[in-house]
Amino acid sequence: MSHFGTYEERAKDFTWTQSETEIYEGVRSRNIGYLCSDRICERGLGQKVALYWEGFTGQKKVFTYDDIRVYSNVFAKYLEEIGVQVGERVCIFMDRIPELYISFLGILKRGAIAQPLFSAFGEEALFTRLDDAKTRAIFTTRKHLNKVRRIKAQLPDLTKIIVVDNEGKPLEKNELSFEMEHRPKVENYDSHQVNTETPSVLHYTSGTTGKPKGALHVHGSIVAQYITAKWVLDLHPDDIYWCNADPGWVTGTSYGIIGPWSNGITQAVLDAGFGVDKWYAFLQDYKITVWYSAPTAIRLLMKDGVEKVNKYNMPCLRHLCSVGEPLNAEAVLWSEKAFRRPFLDTYWQTETGCIVITNFPGMKVKPGSMGKPFPGITAAIVDPKTFEPITKPGTVGLIALKPGWPSMIRTYWNNQTTYEGKFKNGWYICGDRSSIDADGYFWFVGRDDDVINTAGHLVGPFEIESALLEHPAVAESAAVGKPDPINMEVVKAFVALKSGFEPSDDLELEIMNFIRKKLSPLAMPQEIEFVKALPKTRSGKIMRRLLRAQEWGEEIGDVSTLEND
Amino acid sequence: MTEEEIKKLIVDYVIREYLDDDTTEVKPDTKLISSGIVDSFSMVSLKTFLEKKFAVKIPDDKATPQAFDSVNNIISLLREFGINPT
Repeated sequence: MSHFGTYEERAKDFTWTQSETEIYEGVRSRNIGYLCSDRICERGLGQKVALYWEGFTGQKKVFTYDDIRVYSNVFAKYLEEIGVQVGERVCIFMDRIPELYISFLGILKRGAIAQPLFSAFGEEALFTRLDDAKTRAIFTTRKHLNKVRRIKAQLPDLTKIIVVDNEGKPLEKNELSFEMEHRPKVENYDSHQVNTETPSVLHYTSGTTGKPKGALHVHGSIVAQYITAKWVLDLHPDDIYWCNADPGWVTGTSYGIIGPWSNGITQAVLDAGFGVDKWYAFLQDYKITVWYSAPTAIRLLMKDGVEKVNKYNMPCLRHLCSVGEPLNAEAVLWSEKAFRRPFLDTYWQTETGCIVITNFPGMKVKPGSMGKPFPGITAAIVDPKTFEPITKPGTVGLIALKPGWPSMIRTYWNNQTTYEGKFKNGWYICGDRSSIDADGYFWFVGRDDDVINTAGHLVGPFEIESALLEHPAVAESAAVGKPDPINMEVVKAFVALKSGFEPSDDLELEIMNFIRKKLSPLAMPQEIEFVKALPKTRSGKIMRRLLRAQEWGEEIGDVSTLEND
Repeated sequence: MTEEEIKKLIVDYVIREYLDDDTTEVKPDTKLISSGIVDSFSMVSLKTFLEKKFAVKIPDDKATPQAFDSVNNIISLLREFGINPT
């Protein structure tokens, strides 16, 4: 029996107070770090496993709730000792090792703001985000230390570079060695007292123009993350849960840390790249019951067919969800064959902090649909010009949400104007297009801007184009999303070369690697088309939408402002 | 090229382009994709490198994470396209 019951029952009289009561009853603090560790121990679950961890070499570790309580205390106390102040930003820049998950709670206990960043980010992507946040400290590993070293001279606020696996190797100025399991245990630590509006997590997200924006969340977000994890992911006390997402992105924190641990659930983490056999073996060996994955991963698994699934024994698997990009109907139907249950699509964004439109356990699934709004979320499709709700079923408009749910961001860091620009006519505009059918199900259509959604991650074209211009051969460039059967979109770059440079395979590879190292593998163009010049408006602005339309086989639309050759 | 020369060429490329630390050792049987040294997006640049270096076209359905998961696997893949070490 799912926690959710029927949609009608839940939606009828839902208030967030229900969740507040469950999460805050009898607590000593409203700090997320405390709520996800000490609170669970206080409820008698200290010896329950919080984390099964397996590395890519097969190395295994197990942490109970009492372990993560004590180790997160160790992190918090250490930050206090080295002078990190309440409200300062502390970045987590490492692969999915236990220290990532536990330091997240420790940073919050200290009262600092956790700033997790995807460890595959290159130095320029890292610099942009650390510089904007004026980050005080960073937790990293030897594997990623060189990237930090190359930019630290330009980051005067970054005075604590903490290496969690240094093992006695030489360190430079402002670098510190901190090995969690070798530090003295800290049995008791008073988490910094917060209220629901105290800043907690800063996640960076990309837009069409300008630099990535820091989406600032607050400790009160847990009210939404707790109940959505419980109802949508249908987490029960005996579940073993696996979330594929990296905590460098919001899914990895909202539902890879806060959601499961605030529910006292055992989760398993695999710190390894994608591999069909590796993943199925992980599901089998850890007896995973609830799996939160992504369409790109599901489509990769589909390539190896149901036969491959049948080689593994996964009788415990009972609930599957997906996030990051629209889940196509074929993937839903395939999972019904392969796992005897559908993947349920969930929709949300960095800015929403929690699942807002979704398919629910027990609700009829319409394959390819996003589902319905979570109870407590008022969602509509609005007209792109008037921002008035559209009531006619099947009409495409912009997805809009009534502000006020607990996990919504409170601002963009240093960018309140852009934040305010997201609200129109009393609605928060998500930036995605969709329609609603006669039964109230939402159907995703696409983005309403030039942001590229590749494998569920948003990549801003401006950031790629800026980086491309730093390559000595590039005169001008445009980056667009092109359709891809696995990743939904991948980055394609159009590049005009400076005089003296000629297109070649060597140059294409050089530019690919240049972007990968500067920004990230996600931002690396999977294809580069060398052109003589880029289409521009008469005012000189590159017409990215024209290039995008060309890639998608869409009508080019109004080109009256196109510059004449 | 001998098999050893091909292996060295690929290993050197992986170290130069995908590794940024001096603590990870790459051998012909080191896991590349499942270890996260080369992620699935970066496989495209590794594929482009191989195609350029060995003048072959590797179809997308052959460029799987398994086929790229070690230098030894890549050598086997190249053999399918007639690249046989001397």
